[in-house]
Amino acid sequence: MMLNTDRKYIAVVDYGMGNLFSIMNICQHVGMKAVKTSEKSIIEGSSAVILPGVGAFEDAMRALKRLDLAGVLIDAVNNGKPFLGICLGMQLLMSESEEFGINKGLNIIGGRVTRFPNFNDKNDKVRVPHIGWNRIFLAQNPVAGNSILHNIRDGEFMYFVHSFFAAPQEKEAVITYTDYCGIRYCSGMRKDNLVAFQFHPEKSGPSGIQVFKNFKEIIYKEKGNG
Amino acid sequence: MSKNIRIIARLDIKGPNLVKGLHLEGLRVLGKPEQFARYYYESGADELIYIDVVASLYNRNSLHGIIEKTARDIFIPLTVGGGLRTLDDIRDVLRAGADKVSLNTAALKNPKIISEASRRFGSSTIVVAIEAIKQPDGSYFAYTDNGREYTGVEVLGWVKQVEQLGAGEIMLTSVDREGTGRGFDIELTKMVADAVSIPVIAHGGAGKVAHIREALLKTEVTAVAISSILHYDFIKRFEVESNDYTEGNIDFIKSGNVFKIIQPASLAEIKNSLDSNSLNYRQALL
Repeated sequence: MMLNTDRKYIAVVDYGMGNLFSIMNICQHVGMKAVKTSEKSIIEGSSAVILPGVGAFEDAMRALKRLDLAGVLIDAVNNGKPFLGICLGMQLLMSESEEFGINKGLNIIGGRVTRFPNFNDKNDKVRVPHIGWNRIFLAQNPVAGNSILHNIRDGEFMYFVHSFFAAPQEKEAVITYTDYCGIRYCSGMRKDNLVAFQFHPEKSGPSGIQVFKNFKEIIYKEKGNG
Repeated sequence: MSKNIRIIARLDIKGPNLVKGLHLEGLRVLGKPEQFARYYYESGADELIYIDVVASLYNRNSLHGIIEKTARDIFIPLTVGGGLRTLDDIRDVLRAGADKVSLNTAALKNPKIISEASRRFGSSTIVVAIEAIKQPDGSYFAYTDNGREYTGVEVLGWVKQVEQLGAGEIMLTSVDREGTGRGFDIELTKMVADAVSIPVIAHGGAGKVAHIREALLKTEVTAVAISSILHYDFIKRFEVESNDYTEGNIDFIKSGNVFKIIQPASLAEIKNSLDSNSLNYRQALL
């Protein structure tokens, strides 16, 4: 089935957190029809969902609630729709965050979002935000063989911008991890049809484009099976 | 422990043209910014910075068209600065396709804009640019308008305030070194990088690859922004056609005089010369 018919589209959730230009642009670049939306019905009618986001966790959850989108996002995951969370969009999937006090998340993946410490074990300064290119290492577990990482080398560089990171309780949810100033954290996770990355594939050059191509393949496959 | 570093291509833009100056002034036309940007992206630049160098004179940023043309086929972060005065100005360049903005004059005139913009657009979206000039007594002061306007603000105090107000990064320009090819001001760079815990980008003075290495190894900065080394490499490689220019003086490019102070290098030449034991970085692509 072709995605580029009128009824098949990816809903890119627009809840006022960050600039969606580059997400929309890369979707177009790899030939996926993407619709920027804050409408429940448009998310419900989509073939796949991308939850992006830059900014504060608390503001983001408040915006999702105000737009009444929390339920429809959880449903999209539970209904098996291909779902991609990016950066803050990954963190929102967790149970809670400690950014500006403890705030509840969408609770799709168990675990907390925590801030990088100011110093590491060796008492070296940890510069926060973590901004720049860093390696993603592929986790050795059954879900890590996900097709979202097809053609992505172990240790590939991706572009990161963040001060907080998600720590899933279930180690099996971790598909990639990254080291920053000696701190190892989860930079990619998966639960069934849901994948999420702390880095920005839309800003990670050819490697990031590959991730979006893979996401497109996953959506195609989904359609073919259904 | 090896630190992660970035090599950022900085493009100073005037009207439709990429320009290069000396001490941020005396601008010379080099070519079309989007052509240079495209090549740097394909070569493996880690980020791009566009600065509208005449925007402050007119109080407006006029890069929207160039941003749109660039952002469509470049999939690395793009920072845009010059003449951004209000939250609406910031919103407009982000909508045009910029990922981050760089603020200098607006931040010095009204420091609160740093916290307001960080809150609204995310702190990692806000880069504060600092144009530092060394004073006779050895201290450094922040200037605006390409190093022309004295503000009376001392750099060391300012960078700490900038961090506290929620800036994501600092882009530190040594106006004294900018365009000279004499190397980064290591003393200034070290002072600022040691004073803050947010990432610092060193800018101004890189004339050869050794200068980049020096800044990355001798100071705590995690990024350098470079112009001349890359731009003159591009020009050497592609012999930019003179009829591309709509304004400005290009005689100097043909004169070859610039190569007396700048040793051009491609991103591959730069990255291949770095020490991958002590520095962690993405390899060049071309």
